Amino acid sequence: MKSSPDPSLPLPSDPPIGVAVDGLVSLADGRRGLRGTIATVGAPTLENATLQSDELERRLLEMGFVEGARVEILHEGFIGRDPICVRLDDMRVALRRREARNVMVRRDANS
Amino acid sequence: MTHASAAPSILVPPAEAAADRLRVALVGNPNSGKTAMFNALTGARQKVANYAGVTVERKEGRILSPGGRTTVVLDLPGTYSLRARSPDEVVTRDAVLGRLAGEVPPDVVICVADATNLRLVLRLALELKAVGRPTVLALNMIDIAQRQGLDIDTDRLSAELGMPVVGTVATRRRGISELVTAVEARADAEAAAGRSNLGEHGWTEPSAAEIRHLHREAERILKACVRPPRRPDTWTGRMDDVLLHPVWGIGILLTVLFLMFQAVFTGAKPVMDLITAGFDALSALVAQGLPDGLLRSLICKGVIAGVGSVVVFLPQILILFLFIILLEDVGYMARAAFLLDRIMGGAGLHGRAFIPLLSSFACAIPGIMATRVIDNRRDRLTTILVAPLMTCSARIPVYTLIVSAFVPARQVLGGLSLQGLVFFGLYATGMLSALIVAWAVRKVFWRSASEPFLMELPSYKVPDPANVLRNVALRGHIFLRRAGTTILSMMVLIWFLCTVPGPPVGAAGPAIDYSFAGVIGHAIEPLLAPIGFSWQMSVALIPGMAAREVAVGALGTVYAVSGGEEASGVLGASLAHQWSLASALAFLAWYVFAPQCASTLAVVKRETNSWRWPIIMFGYMTGLAYVAAFVVYHTAVALGAG
Repeated sequence: MKSSPDPSLPLPSDPPIGVAVDGLVSLADGRRGLRGTIATVGAPTLENATLQSDELERRLLEMGFVEGARVEILHEGFIGRDPICVRLDDMRVALRRREARNVMVRRDANS
Repeated sequence: MTHASAAPSILVPPAEAAADRLRVALVGNPNSGKTAMFNALTGARQKVANYAGVTVERKEGRILSPGGRTTVVLDLPGTYSLRARSPDEVVTRDAVLGRLAGEVPPDVVICVADATNLRLVLRLALELKAVGRPTVLALNMIDIAQRQGLDIDTDRLSAELGMPVVGTVATRRRGISELVTAVEARADAEAAAGRSNLGEHGWTEPSAAEIRHLHREAERILKACVRPPRRPDTWTGRMDDVLLHPVWGIGILLTVLFLMFQAVFTGAKPVMDLITAGFDALSALVAQGLPDGLLRSLICKGVIAGVGSVVVFLPQILILFLFIILLEDVGYMARAAFLLDRIMGGAGLHGRAFIPLLSSFACAIPGIMATRVIDNRRDRLTTILVAPLMTCSARIPVYTLIVSAFVPARQVLGGLSLQGLVFFGLYATGMLSALIVAWAVRKVFWRSASEPFLMELPSYKVPDPANVLRNVALRGHIFLRRAGTTILSMMVLIWFLCTVPGPPVGAAGPAIDYSFAGVIGHAIEPLLAPIGFSWQMSVALIPGMAAREVAVGALGTVYAVSGGEEASGVLGASLAHQWSLASALAFLAWYVFAPQCASTLAVVKRETNSWRWPIIMFGYMTGLAYVAAFVVYHTAVALGAG
């Protein structure tokens, strides 16, 4: 279900760096209510320089952020909407947007 | 310590040791009920220590089976993977692999799983299986799974994983004997096959591709063996809608923290007063029976007062840990960390650092012990280092004495009390400097490396009272046995310095002036003169190391004003007469920062298992105190307050 980004969707005000050409959105740029399926984890970015991206990728995988997992943003922190709480399959996980950068989500059509 | 039982015995051949003493290690994800399982297996037969050379807590217990067989159970730190990311997880990995120094490798590993949340633990179980260590999977909280209508085909699961699977309810001790039986059978099968638990098992750190592969395998097993719940837990979601709400969530969090602070700060007060009074009475009683002299002084002012100064912390520690353990067991702690992460993260602190830091307003000792809630070692050390900068209750008598003697009781800025403002300023200075120091520690020691914040938010659960009480009692026990001994010896040392040698016959000045403390005070006076301290102030700092509030009594002693804390009005008047305002303000600035508390340093030593961190703490706090007092003194002198 590849689709181009719907212009009416509430995309973040920042430059949409997370939005790839094929309709994927970075979990870091999602707002509360975003639902979808994880498409890729660990594509290299410049932003999260604190950990080697390979290490961060493995930690995300170990926490259950794997390709094909269902994900939904349930809650956002009250300062800068950070960190976020997501439903990940049947678990709940909190993470900072910085760490969510590498998780690309294929958004559900109705979210 | 437990090392006598943990070290491999030279006299008993390994095969024989394995035959009569089975060794089991508990491995599991965080929040899987592993601690409850450990308590259910071992009951009261537990020992807590540290692993050799690291600060990781080592919990060992014993199961006595009806057949007279003894099984030693080791509770390993929770982890999501054998790919260790923290010192705790390194211990878990090395123990499982049989390469942990000073530990006999386990015969069997019990993998503790939350039956309602199997996805990640199945991958861990597959990792354990790949290592080749015999493993039994305990499906804990199976009652909650059944209530949710979650169907688990345990036979199929057992066949897929290639390990026995036992359903348990650790908090109600259900399934525990079946689990022990399965573990013993597994160990016997290994022994019959002639396989030994000794020697390292092969293991290499999995790559991202291997983790993905294992995860797919776990996913496949999950789909094959578990039917999703017919009545899924909707409570957690509904509670999170309130508790993580930007407005309600923060409001509730502040209420919880306020209640906790109140309980630690005021709730413990009557008991603490009672303990102090009790030890004072005991001291007076003993004093009656002993002739005046050094022995009486040692027993009354050294030992009894020293033990008293240890026990007096106990109410605060028990109340604080009651809150912490309840919040952990309910599942709220992770939510609090979520809500506070951004605020604390700005200074490079973990969201969970909030609780230790808040507790430190009552006393840094329970606060530093509470840093156990922070898993990451660096975050934990940073929190420990800044905790004493929070204005603890022992500073209040000192602040009260100086502020009421030197700050005029008038109102400024339309109705605000000037003394109150100064008090607020002292508190604010402490907090602000803690944030700055935390930020600097991260830059200097950790070279700005920051840990990712990636945390499971567990389902809410009703805590098990017996488990909570056992864990609270354990914390109290650990404090008395481990920190208490160090605190006591420091108290006796300080007593010695302040008492020996005694004054010569017919001496005019106060006795302390002739003691080692007096000698030291006079010796450091030239160092403290630039910050405006007289020799009397310098001398008072030495007994003040016992506890900050002792400085009030010590000042009374050196200025020969008797009556201690109760006479602080008289003492204040005397000080106002003899100190300049600049000196008084410098003394306040000193007390905001100075490590004037031997017990705190002792507890840091015990919690970090090394002298390195208390020395660093002493160094940086003394440095800050000196600079702050210097700046305050000279600014005040320049403004004409000299």
